[in-house]
Amino acid sequence: MPNITLTVNGTQHRLEVDPRWLLADVLREQLNLTGTHLGCEQGVCGACTILLNGRPARSCLTLAVTADGSDIITVEGLAHNGQLHPVQEAFWQEHALQCGFCTPGFLITSVHFLSENPNPTREEIREALSGNLCRCTGYQHIVNAVERASETMRKGATHAVPQD
Amino acid sequence: MKPPVFEYVRPASLAEALDALASSEDAKVLAGGQSLIPMMNMRLARPGLLVDINHIPELTEIHDNGDTLHLGALVRHYQLETDARIKAAFPLIPEAERLIGHPAIRTRGTIGGSLSHADPAAELPVLAMLGEWNMTVHSRDGGARTIPAEEFFMSYLMTTMGPDELLTRITVPKQLAGASHIREFAVRSGDFALAIAAAMVSLNGDGSIATVRFALGGVGDVPWRNRELESSFVGTMGSDALWRDIGRQAALAIDPVDDMHASAAHRRQLAETLLTESLHRAAEMARERSGR
Repeated sequence: MPNITLTVNGTQHRLEVDPRWLLADVLREQLNLTGTHLGCEQGVCGACTILLNGRPARSCLTLAVTADGSDIITVEGLAHNGQLHPVQEAFWQEHALQCGFCTPGFLITSVHFLSENPNPTREEIREALSGNLCRCTGYQHIVNAVERASETMRKGATHAVPQD
Repeated sequence: MKPPVFEYVRPASLAEALDALASSEDAKVLAGGQSLIPMMNMRLARPGLLVDINHIPELTEIHDNGDTLHLGALVRHYQLETDARIKAAFPLIPEAERLIGHPAIRTRGTIGGSLSHADPAAELPVLAMLGEWNMTVHSRDGGARTIPAEEFFMSYLMTTMGPDELLTRITVPKQLAGASHIREFAVRSGDFALAIAAAMVSLNGDGSIATVRFALGGVGDVPWRNRELESSFVGTMGSDALWRDIGRQAALAIDPVDDMHASAAHRRQLAETLLTESLHRAAEMARERSGR
């Protein structure tokens, strides 16, 4: 089996992976980072979205072996020193989740989106989140949360993209 | 869901990749994987050998050649969306990119992958036809050859590339005159479109048509374009009535089929409306640009 190196949430891992293993499975099964959820496993639902070299990517549509050498941030990498990321904080404040299954993908997608567009309109937020499906909330509170996070982050509440 | 078992190679050079492709009857190229991996996850595709081209540096190059732009097959959608050189050379590319999938898909998906996958409802194949892009393909035994877009797409998910050939470079002629626009209708944001219409218009000083091109996607087994029909409008005065007429004539010329997503009649109607709107917008921009 090929050996690969992944830097996940700032920690470098040397892993032996079967080529058919998806990045999502390696994160979950080998690194026990089970915050990355697998919904549809065909790229539609967005629950498995992670940051791959600073950009959002579907970990269910990426073979771990092809991510060799990459820098990855999962939902576990968003909070720092026990402090929630402003986007996480806003999801909590705005009740932007019910069952929570889709939330990791929404958080990662939102964190990246706000780093590129710190002052979005509600329509831009909806467009940015259109690749993430939520079956509970009807999206209203999620849009509210991202809007709230953009406000707090513009006021300077910590980093937009986590740094390690 | 897991993909079925496959052999995996990760060539570091084009020559190694071509060797690998020639070595197996059952090899498939892995670029961004945004179509191939879901097909493998669902076991619709079971390649015996996966040739991962993501680590071949020469395939990532973007090169300005004066009249044309060379895009390596591994240039990713997000680069097509944001690179200033690409926008300057062919503004329709970043415009179309915003219609393709979602940001997370655009992080990984590539221009070469999209064109080789040849989904007739995908945007880039429509642009390839409209912009008369040339595809350079390589194989170990056949060397290099160039396939113009109109000879590249064969049918649903099929191109005229051989199984041992690799798409390495896309040559995009720069759009020098006029303006262009793309419209599509998709049920949800990021879905494959039910129909796509792209148009390129340049006008003479008196407002008559100097050149007009139009292409449609999602309405047949390959992206549709008809140069004879296009040239019949050259010299005609641009007007709303003309754009409607072109839309109507194009809609009569296509042969869409019914499927689970839309009826043929719905697709025909969408094509007509989208093309009329595209031509209208492209002409409007062409006029603004020339200050008329």
